[in-house]
Amino acid sequence: MKPAPFRYADPGTLQEVLEVLSVEGEGAKVLAGGQSLLPLLSMRLAAPTTLVDINRVPGLDAVEATGDGVTVGALVRHNALLHDDPAARVQPLLARATANVAHPAIRNRGTTVGSIAHADPSGEMTAVLALTDGSVSVATPDGVETIGWRDFFVGPLETSVHGPAVVTSAFFPALPARSGTAFAEVARRKGDYAVCGAGVVVTLDADRRVETVRAAYLSVGLVPEVHDLTEAVAGSSADSADWAAAGALARTLVDPDGDIHASADYRRLLVGVLTERTLTSAAAEAVGRSK
Amino acid sequence: MTVDSERTISLTVNGVRREATVPVRRLLSDALRHDLGLTGTHVGCEHGVCGACTVLVDGDPMRSCLLLAVQLDGREVTTVEGLAREDNRGGSVLHPVQEAFRECHALQCGFCTPGFLTTIAAGLDKRDNSAELTEEEVDEMVGGNLCRCTGYANIKKAVHTANAAMRDAR
Repeated sequence: MKPAPFRYADPGTLQEVLEVLSVEGEGAKVLAGGQSLLPLLSMRLAAPTTLVDINRVPGLDAVEATGDGVTVGALVRHNALLHDDPAARVQPLLARATANVAHPAIRNRGTTVGSIAHADPSGEMTAVLALTDGSVSVATPDGVETIGWRDFFVGPLETSVHGPAVVTSAFFPALPARSGTAFAEVARRKGDYAVCGAGVVVTLDADRRVETVRAAYLSVGLVPEVHDLTEAVAGSSADSADWAAAGALARTLVDPDGDIHASADYRRLLVGVLTERTLTSAAAEAVGRSK
Repeated sequence: MTVDSERTISLTVNGVRREATVPVRRLLSDALRHDLGLTGTHVGCEHGVCGACTVLVDGDPMRSCLLLAVQLDGREVTTVEGLAREDNRGGSVLHPVQEAFRECHALQCGFCTPGFLTTIAAGLDKRDNSAELTEEEVDEMVGGNLCRCTGYANIKKAVHTANAAMRDAR
């Protein structure tokens, strides 16, 4: 199908974007990469009165990696983040998760921040923002505010940001010392929405014993979920920890829904399998980074 | 700042400067076919899943059904019609990927073929063809395009054949 009629503006400054959003009111929607928004329009699941295209706004296409973390601008395409080596060094989950976002042709246009603002609980980058305890910067006519991920994600495809506002960047804190990460998902076909996915961070103490274990899941809840799995393996040596026990714990903590793609039980099974698999790999990396 | 329902855009398609006046909701896929008469770009699912409508925007593969035509103002678009090259004798020669598709029987009904050709052409044009082409690389290259006829085996064979031809032509 074709999108329902709308009006279109592509302002050249952020201030103009906010002005147009203010004038056009509730029916206006920000357009960045459009790889989620345009399907919604074509399927008539959304019918905004006005699209405000931010692609001409300068200064939003930078990836900045510092010792504290990685700031990703609103116009950074998935593909640019995937190949940003400084960002991958500061927070390896970024490239690992981005590689699972759809297909190369989608990643050439879709933006990481747009995917976060879309707030799809099956999105890779929403899960990574949560897992890294990240935040977003939101520009409004009153100024810029920073919103942590817990306050940002409200429900499926719903955030706490309303009215004239643009998410201008996302901040992913750096991976702590003596830590390793992994990301994996199960999909019917590569690049499809994940039936279930998991991202994990394992942090070791100075004696290479497990200090903390955190995991985030895709497609198992209404909003991204982060679970602390430390109690299943705390104090174990990184080489011999019982990661299956962490997987079993994870299965008791999630409450997935069933749908046409997978039953709730199958998703819970996948949570256990993916947790064990990713933790094994993340722990090995943490050991490597502890030397 | 204007908020419009219709706009006149100017873009380069297959090396030719084109102008069109389009409703702002016009998808690039429809603008190419209906406004510019380039029906080589096929429209399958119209929500980004099948890959049949893939074109190159400034050299990068993108879904033309997931772009608005107005967003292409001033940009360069290559469709399947633009893959063939001049042979310097007044005619044209197919892109090595097109030759390989013919040679390997990599198409049957042909509906998905324009999307495969643009995607693979961009992928092979960008890579160092002397480096070994792995199965993973081929899977990644064509994984976003659906074909219901071939079973993909001959398409993947064509990718290898084209890469070898491009390597030998260097």
